[in-house]
Amino acid sequence: MRRFALATLACFAFTAAAQAQTADRVTTFTLDNGLEAVVIEDNRAPVVVHMMWYKVGSADETSGKSGIAHFLEHLMFKGTETMEPGEFSRVVAANGGSDNAFTSYDYTAYFQRVASDRLELMMRMEADRMRNLVLDDEDMLTERDVVVEERAQRTDSNPGALFSEQRRAAQFLNHPYGRPIIGWRDEVAALTLQDALDFYALHYAPNNAVLVVAGDVDPDEVRALATQYYGRLPPSENLPPRARPAEPEHLSARHMEMVDDRVSNPYVIRTWLAPERDAGAQQDAAAYTLLAALLGGNSATSHMGNLLEQTEKSALYTEAFYSGMSLDDTTFGMLVVPVPGRTLEQAEADMERALETFIEEGIDSAKLERLKAQVRASEIYGQDSLQGRARSYGAALTSGLTVEDVQMWPATLEAVTEDQILKAAKSLLDLNTSVTGYLTNPSAEEATQ
Amino acid sequence: MMLRFALMIAVLMPFGARAAVEIQEVTSPGGIIAWLVEEPSIPFVAMDIRFKGGSSLDPEGKRGATYMMMGLLEEGAGDRDARAFTEATESVAANFGFDTFRDSVQIEAQFLTENREESLALLRDAIKFPRFDQDAIDRVRTQIVSIIEGNETDPNDIAGTTLAALSYPGHPYATGQEGTIESVNALTRADLITAHKALFARDRVYIGVTGDISAAELGPLLDTLLGDLPAAGAPMPVEAELALEGGQTIVDYRSPQSVVLFGHAGVDRDDPDFFPAFVANHILGGGGFESRLMVNVRERRGLTYGISSFLASRDYGNQWLGQFSTSNENVGPAIDLIQSIWDDMAENGVTPEELDAAQTYLTGAYPLRFDGNGRIAGILAGMQAQGLSADYIETRNDQVNAVTLEDIQRVAAEHLVVEDLHFVIVGQPQGFN
Repeated sequence: MRRFALATLACFAFTAAAQAQTADRVTTFTLDNGLEAVVIEDNRAPVVVHMMWYKVGSADETSGKSGIAHFLEHLMFKGTETMEPGEFSRVVAANGGSDNAFTSYDYTAYFQRVASDRLELMMRMEADRMRNLVLDDEDMLTERDVVVEERAQRTDSNPGALFSEQRRAAQFLNHPYGRPIIGWRDEVAALTLQDALDFYALHYAPNNAVLVVAGDVDPDEVRALATQYYGRLPPSENLPPRARPAEPEHLSARHMEMVDDRVSNPYVIRTWLAPERDAGAQQDAAAYTLLAALLGGNSATSHMGNLLEQTEKSALYTEAFYSGMSLDDTTFGMLVVPVPGRTLEQAEADMERALETFIEEGIDSAKLERLKAQVRASEIYGQDSLQGRARSYGAALTSGLTVEDVQMWPATLEAVTEDQILKAAKSLLDLNTSVTGYLTNPSAEEATQ
Repeated sequence: MMLRFALMIAVLMPFGARAAVEIQEVTSPGGIIAWLVEEPSIPFVAMDIRFKGGSSLDPEGKRGATYMMMGLLEEGAGDRDARAFTEATESVAANFGFDTFRDSVQIEAQFLTENREESLALLRDAIKFPRFDQDAIDRVRTQIVSIIEGNETDPNDIAGTTLAALSYPGHPYATGQEGTIESVNALTRADLITAHKALFARDRVYIGVTGDISAAELGPLLDTLLGDLPAAGAPMPVEAELALEGGQTIVDYRSPQSVVLFGHAGVDRDDPDFFPAFVANHILGGGGFESRLMVNVRERRGLTYGISSFLASRDYGNQWLGQFSTSNENVGPAIDLIQSIWDDMAENGVTPEELDAAQTYLTGAYPLRFDGNGRIAGILAGMQAQGLSADYIETRNDQVNAVTLEDIQRVAAEHLVVEDLHFVIVGQPQGFN
């Protein structure tokens, strides 16, 4: 039994390693106007994934305008000077393709998946909306309602999502990672057409974008097409630097609790600030990645799973999670869902004890070797997913990393030593950067009083 | 990560495609059949195994037995307990997935060429020799109870269970396959062994394999993996009688938004009207942003983040369903709009432009499904389970293109019946009693 209702909190530690790969089939080029491009050849099926990644996400918004990056992503499907609202997706569908987009803290990306002989059409349309978006108030108002509904569906109806938003706001005292990607409800509902147009004019330009093309394509042809369609777009002259407000020194552990009658399984979750993957310096992030897997990756074999779920049977579910793909400092986290009847205070103590015994006992070499075997295998399995490979490059290149960093990542994981993992674990003993959250319901709350 | 529109419901219709896949039917020395697509370019194999009957094989009073049994397959098998089994799996870096559905269970495996034998030996143990150790049973039981409790407070699950209960009283389809807290707490080790015997038999197994393996290599491995399974399992489930009538059911749930699930009778996968209905549904609410429901309810009115309709064509009962969420004050207007869209299609069919766009999309998108070993293995197993022949991949697009405006008019008039629609509303909708 590996699935659990809460398991969506984090993805497995090295899906990010899954991009390893046959570097010889990955090529890059940069156009004169600054557009960077990555081409991944895979001729197994006559399919291409075409993605445009912008180096702008919710953490690049100005205070008071939370949600504008994501809102603009929705509006990008409205018209341009030559295309009607909705026509973009209609044309993609009429060519048997599918399209969508997503926004994160550090990037906004648009993609289409189509037969490989339709690549040129995708480029023509994507180039068009990079610079020629046309918006009116009516489009904006309807789409804003859609985004408010999206927020209601994803966040406001879900106590776990609401609590996560609150915890993140407490985790980041000053950095905009503390704001939700979708935006605070009242701010999203007040965004204007001008807000969207300003954000678009400032950030959407070839010198702030990364093109990723993966599939049954010839790199020279991709370059020729990209030059033809993207090459003629003017770069932005006034791109702002991506220097976000930094975190001050954290001097106090934070503890918070949310009570909601829609919570069925109370849990305790703790996150700490942690270093992210940096260009040319990914060792620390690699250590945290392996730490997450050893400490709380698999319910049967990880330290926390084995101790609390299997041996002591005090937890229904445990997990440690970390993702190093981030432009600025990220977080490391631990989660314990106690068995019924056990309080969150006890669960918190269990979690702390699991970390302490992990450090005391030291790294199990056999376990580390198994983990590294999985890392190596994920390089092979990862080649099976075109979209996954395309995404890994796009996310990396918009999060401050290079193609070389992506290709070095599996070797970096492989080179991590037991001492480096222990050092990462010991950093968690300092609670000053941590936020501990209890999510519970009124009846569990009562039972503990 | 915010997807612009994440599909709320995965429509399980593994249509195959005109893609460049060459299917070989492999029969093992012991007579087990698998469909194979060789793909030697990456040194691993993806395997997808389905056993039909799924959680609908649960005997009366034992709801949840199949689900729990499946949850225990990797919690100790052969001479390894749960931890040893997982460690062994990690050592060979194989990935196994065990999933339970109403009509079948699915076992997915991914293993490296260099570790093929060891990986399949582990998978064989999980399928044939699960231990059902008491401590594993206790642990998984507690997890399942917590999953059931979670479902009971999730508006999407509440909507699904409510509609299912109204639709198929007395049939396993009427209840959640996880079981109830009461039924799960009453399950014994003997019940799990019975569930295992009922399901894992050669008369209901379908296998798809894609990757770095030849037909000659695969044959004997199939016998190792599944060779000694009994020839026959439990009798298959019976047809589910649809008792759902038009109307509304409101379930109070504290949220700014209501989840709405609606539907009526559907169309059987083997019905000659299936393809017209499939294309009609694509136009109605099946396809991304261009469907009538998305264009009208989301794009023009901003009433929802996403709305879709789908043909739930199951082995023992079919429904034509739809789902969306909207703010409590918009539930009434949204339902009025959906009813008028439903009725309009029944009355007037679709336009030539819509049919053309749908056929272009559906036929163009089909080959794009075949873009990974895991995906292809799943399609191969799914096709066999549905009784489709291997050449379906060649003919499927012709069947889509053969659908005419008249076909859709006739099928829509017969199957889209606005008076029969039942709306389950989970939330605090305004203007309802």
